[in-house]
Amino acid sequence: MEDRLRRTMMFVPGNNPGMIKDAYIYNCDSIMFDLEDSVSITEKDAARALVYHALKTIDYGEKELVVRVNALDTPIGIADLEAMVRAEVDVIRLPKTETVEDIYFCDQEITRIEKTIGKEVGSTHMMAAIESAEGVLNAPAIAKGSKRLIGIALGAEDYVTNLKTNRSPEGIELLFARSMILQAARSAGIAALDTVYSDVNNEEGFKAEVRLIKQLGFDGKSIINPRQIAPVIEIYTPTQKEIDKSLAIMEAIKEANAKGSGVIALNGKMIDRPIVLRAERVIALAKAARVLE
Amino acid sequence: MQVIKTGIAGTMESSDILITVNPNKDDGIKIELTSSVSKQFGKQIVKVITECAQKLEVKDAHIIALDKGALDCVIKARVETALYRAANSTEYVWEGK
Repeated sequence: MEDRLRRTMMFVPGNNPGMIKDAYIYNCDSIMFDLEDSVSITEKDAARALVYHALKTIDYGEKELVVRVNALDTPIGIADLEAMVRAEVDVIRLPKTETVEDIYFCDQEITRIEKTIGKEVGSTHMMAAIESAEGVLNAPAIAKGSKRLIGIALGAEDYVTNLKTNRSPEGIELLFARSMILQAARSAGIAALDTVYSDVNNEEGFKAEVRLIKQLGFDGKSIINPRQIAPVIEIYTPTQKEIDKSLAIMEAIKEANAKGSGVIALNGKMIDRPIVLRAERVIALAKAARVLE
Repeated sequence: MQVIKTGIAGTMESSDILITVNPNKDDGIKIELTSSVSKQFGKQIVKVITECAQKLEVKDAHIIALDKGALDCVIKARVETALYRAANSTEYVWEGK
C-alpha cells in the first residue's frame, strides 16, 4: 500500500462545479468526489462528465483524489468506472461493499479498462466502503480482496439503518463495526477510515468522535464540510512532548546503528520495533501538520 | 452524433453554465452566449463550445449558453452532457490515457 496520511477525506458532491473548483484550496489529505448518493438519478451523466473533466484539468496538488462510483451491478456504475479510470483518478471508492466478490468484480473491471487504454495494470487503487452488517462480518476477507486496496471505510448511515437502530452522540452502536473494520484493515496492512459526522454545527460532538476514532486506531475520518478539517488535524497532531520523545528515539536508533550496536536504549529503557514504528508515525503526523520541519 | 431533440445540462448557479441544445437542421453550429464575463472571455467560451461539438462530430446544432463564470472544464462537461442528451445517446467516448 502507498504509505501516506489520510487524516481527512473530504466529500465533494460530483455535480457541483463551485465546490469541485474550490476543493483544492482546503487542507485535506484526500478529496472524494461523489457520483453516488449526493447526485440525483437524472444527473448521473452530468456529474460523471463534470468530475472527469475536472480530474483531467484542475491541479489538486499533492492531495489524493478519490471518486465514489455508483454500485457496479448497474450500467451507471460501470460507466462511472470507464470514465474515472481514463481520467486517471488515484482511487476508486466502491460503495456498499458486502462480500469479497464485490472486490474481485471491481478489480476485474478496472483491469479490463486499464488494458483497453494501455494504462499500467494495478495503477488505479481501490477503497471499499462497508455499510451493512454483512459487509462488517465480511470485512477481513474484503480487506484482503485485492492488491489495489488502500483502505476500507465505514459508512455508518446505511449501517445503523441496517442494524435497526440510529446514530447516538456516543456512537456505541458503531463500536463493533469500527472494531471489525479496524482489525480487518490492520490485518491486511491497509488504512481504516471512519464514517462522516453529519451534524456540522456540533463541533464538540464532532471532536469527541474524532478523539474516539483516533484512540481506536483509525487513520482518519471522512468529512462533509471544510470546517471539519481543522479539528481533525488538531486532534491528530502530536503534542510537543510526543514529538521530542519520538525525535530522541530516532536519534538513539541512528547512534546505535552508527556504533553497530544491536541493543538500543534511551534513558535506560530498551527501544524495540513497536516503539520505533510509533515514533515514525508521530514524526510523520507532526510534519504533515507543519509543526516539525 | 446527430441532435434529434432538446438537450439541457448545467444550472444557473455560480461557477456553472446552463447549456440548451436544439436541433438546427442542415444549418451548422449556431451558438448564442450570455455571460457576465463575455467581454473578456466570450471568444474563449464560444471556442470551447465549438470544439466540444466538433469532437463529438455534431454537424448541426443550435446551442444556447448562459454562463455563470464556469471554468473551461465545466463548459466542456456541460456541453458534452447536453449534446449526448440531445442525441439520446449513452455511447460515451472518454479520452484515455
